[in-house]
Amino acid sequence: MRRRDFLTALGLSVPALSRALAQSTTRPRALVTIFLRGGVDGLSMVQPSGDAALRGLRPTLMHDGASLDGFFALHPAMKSLLPFFTRKELAIVHAVGQAHASRSHFDAQDALESGVAGSRRADGYLNRALASLPSTEPFRAVAVQNALPLSLAGDSPALAFPSLAQFRVAGGAAAATTFEALYEGAVDEAMRSSGHDAFESLDAARTSAMANAPPRNGAEYPKGVLGRRLADLARLIHADVGLRLGVTETGGFDTHLAQGAGTGQLATRLQELADALAAFATDLGPKLSDVVVTTVTEFGRTARENGTRGTDHGTASALFVLGGGVKGGRVVSDWPGLAKDQLFEQRDLAVTTDVRSVLSECLAAADLTAPGVFPDFTPRRLALF
Amino acid sequence: MAISNPPLPPAPVALPPLSDDAAAHLLNRAAFGPSPADLDAVRSMGASAWLAAQLTPGEDPALEARLAEFKTLKLSVGEALEQYPPLKKRLEALGLSKEDLADEDGKEKLRELRQEMKDELPRQLIVELTQARLLRAIESRRQLEEVLVDFWFNHFNVSAEKNRTRWMVTSYERDAIRPHVLGKFRDLLGATAKHPAMLWYLDNWQSVRDGFEPRRRRNGKNMPTGLNENYARELLELHTLGVDAGYSQGDVHEAARALTGWSVEIKRGGTFAFHPQAHDPGAKQIFGLSLEAGGGQSDGERLLDALARHPATAHHLAKKLCVRFVSDAPSPELVERIAQVFLSTDGDLRATVQAIFESPEFWSSSGAKTKTPLEFVASAVRAVGTLDDVQMPLARALDALGAPLYRCAPPTGYAEHAAAWVSAGALVSRINFGLALASGRVKGVRVRLPARSADAERTIDSVAAQVLGRPPSVQTRATLLKALGAKEEDGEARVPSPAVVAGLLLGSPEFQHQ
Repeated sequence: MRRRDFLTALGLSVPALSRALAQSTTRPRALVTIFLRGGVDGLSMVQPSGDAALRGLRPTLMHDGASLDGFFALHPAMKSLLPFFTRKELAIVHAVGQAHASRSHFDAQDALESGVAGSRRADGYLNRALASLPSTEPFRAVAVQNALPLSLAGDSPALAFPSLAQFRVAGGAAAATTFEALYEGAVDEAMRSSGHDAFESLDAARTSAMANAPPRNGAEYPKGVLGRRLADLARLIHADVGLRLGVTETGGFDTHLAQGAGTGQLATRLQELADALAAFATDLGPKLSDVVVTTVTEFGRTARENGTRGTDHGTASALFVLGGGVKGGRVVSDWPGLAKDQLFEQRDLAVTTDVRSVLSECLAAADLTAPGVFPDFTPRRLALF
Repeated sequence: MAISNPPLPPAPVALPPLSDDAAAHLLNRAAFGPSPADLDAVRSMGASAWLAAQLTPGEDPALEARLAEFKTLKLSVGEALEQYPPLKKRLEALGLSKEDLADEDGKEKLRELRQEMKDELPRQLIVELTQARLLRAIESRRQLEEVLVDFWFNHFNVSAEKNRTRWMVTSYERDAIRPHVLGKFRDLLGATAKHPAMLWYLDNWQSVRDGFEPRRRRNGKNMPTGLNENYARELLELHTLGVDAGYSQGDVHEAARALTGWSVEIKRGGTFAFHPQAHDPGAKQIFGLSLEAGGGQSDGERLLDALARHPATAHHLAKKLCVRFVSDAPSPELVERIAQVFLSTDGDLRATVQAIFESPEFWSSSGAKTKTPLEFVASAVRAVGTLDDVQMPLARALDALGAPLYRCAPPTGYAEHAAAWVSAGALVSRINFGLALASGRVKGVRVRLPARSADAERTIDSVAAQVLGRPPSVQTRATLLKALGAKEEDGEARVPSPAVVAGLLLGSPEFQHQ
């Protein structure tokens, strides 16, 4: 009987045992990042209703969402997040982004995930943040999406799978056992250790049966891919398998055409996002204070609506920070204004908060600080936590 | 379309006599893995003759006939843009305004239209290109050429994800990469430099001299207003000299100046165009190259001439080719020897590749490399059967392994070394792909495995001989025998099905190596 089988027979997974032995008094937090691909219109998601210039810029895009603080209003499709804002578990950062980013999705996403202003590198900021951790926990960094994103690419091992249900070896237990034996005997060290990681993760997934665990606390995830992915991340957190970094993404925010106002194309996407986030927070229950959740997007959209009742690629946007002890219930923003001479290049909401300042504080709140995560960048203190 | 130079008769080579292992090794590196038919060919022809034939490949009419069924492979950039316009343009042509489609009914209608038109939307270009590349990798008789197309496309990477590049990649691979992979490096470099896909992907199309005031476009979109160094930087760093060659940021800037005005004429069918008004007419100094004022388009040509023949380029390319074909850490002596072949043949890629395959380092490197996702998928299909029909699940397997074809976003292309591909998640994906493939669950692949033998041992040996192209390692064989050959409670020995054996072998560490 292998050591792991023995431990499993005792009802202990190896990671659980090592944690028990470590006798840690406080559980380290996990950071979950959600990349909203396509460039979210922050000016609609969190509408600066108090800015006098807004209505003139966006005659057909205005909504009547609930006011958050007398100046900003949350999009009405996102009302499921209001209770978290009221309970001060949710903070919003506005006029945030990459100051000198390209308006190309491709370049701006790569720069953001690289963690370097205006350029890309082969490894991502989240992977560099892992450098400070021992690499003993197979599930410490997981991307629940089709492939490992650039943000998690690099020297530190990280897992990616489209869903927990798909993270298993087909062909039953006998096949899995044989593969495990084959990889234990692999001549190549990298192959052997990756095989070891894989089977340890698979074991942990199987013994905890987490792929089938129902959401807790009555959480109801919305239909769609984001809800399914966040439900899997919640399963990983509940299963206590050492998750420190969870990454996922969703798209559909590139609203050039017929964006809609209180309802419509963007509203549908925002509702899915809000409902999925709310369900995730509900599912986590008290564990929400051990998990920092943040959304990011590559850029915001033009302040003025375009000729097709949509918006084009812009600069600053807004983002959410949920859980993890965030000082919520407020919109953190050094508001640059929307008057023509206040707009960046006379068209976009200007960046007054570099997104890396937000991410630095989120990483710090999750005890994930390592040198060189954001090279040549000094974060500005926002006191989000 | 450019035609590569007439093939030189290959020089006589002295390759070692073929062991079982050597035939599989040659096919693992110079082809997308051993198929039963190619194993027979290498064994009956001998390595030298097989390699010589691959270096001057003949026609492959059976493959050409299958490729002829794809509608988009022969389209020019202009034709692709015209025949596969963005959805928005299609809707306009149908007389549908955005207002018609904004409400709930409209959205339903849009969904229906999308479904109806799904084979006519731009993504179809990349779907077909992906299918064609997989078909060629698995079934082409010109295997070495396919391996080199993979290498050089990746070296001169462009991504179909970058807006208009999508309409240009078909032509890029066909016209800029494919004709030159066994030709002269300078021709390959020039063809990529002038192809709209590269000009677009790395932004050189909009790089103009400082102070140039372009005509503004009607819809008020921002037009270029200055120098864009993107292509010039990658040209030096990735395509030619290599990052450690010792050039400076100033050299990048000067190279970008030399290339101002190298642009694209979209309206005239998506072709290269030199815009003299946008070109910086001043003198330039680039890493030892002096260009006098007033050179016009010849500035760029002379820059490419100098870069293609620079010793740092020879070294950079030799190293990358040796990493691909020999090992992740090739010896400096081998790299130097190959660089000398490159320099002494004026960048003859056929001679350079031939020298690598004739090196003792190559022949002693069996098993030293980890397969890339494409190498894994193609070699797995070649090992167990034939590709009757390319279906999307095969392409999606590459997505799951982190290497979708034509969608590698950064200009570096995908990594050639193992560290990028060996991870726990990736191994699970490989294992599952192998299991699905061997059990006949990958659509379009016809699996042909040896029949079940009388006992487990013989079944394992015969399946391994086909799947690995050589006997399995003692370790692999013992593990499989232990797992599959155990006696039942009644004392009867089980005989595993060949599909089960093949599935385990495809996912084994041994099959991940080459």
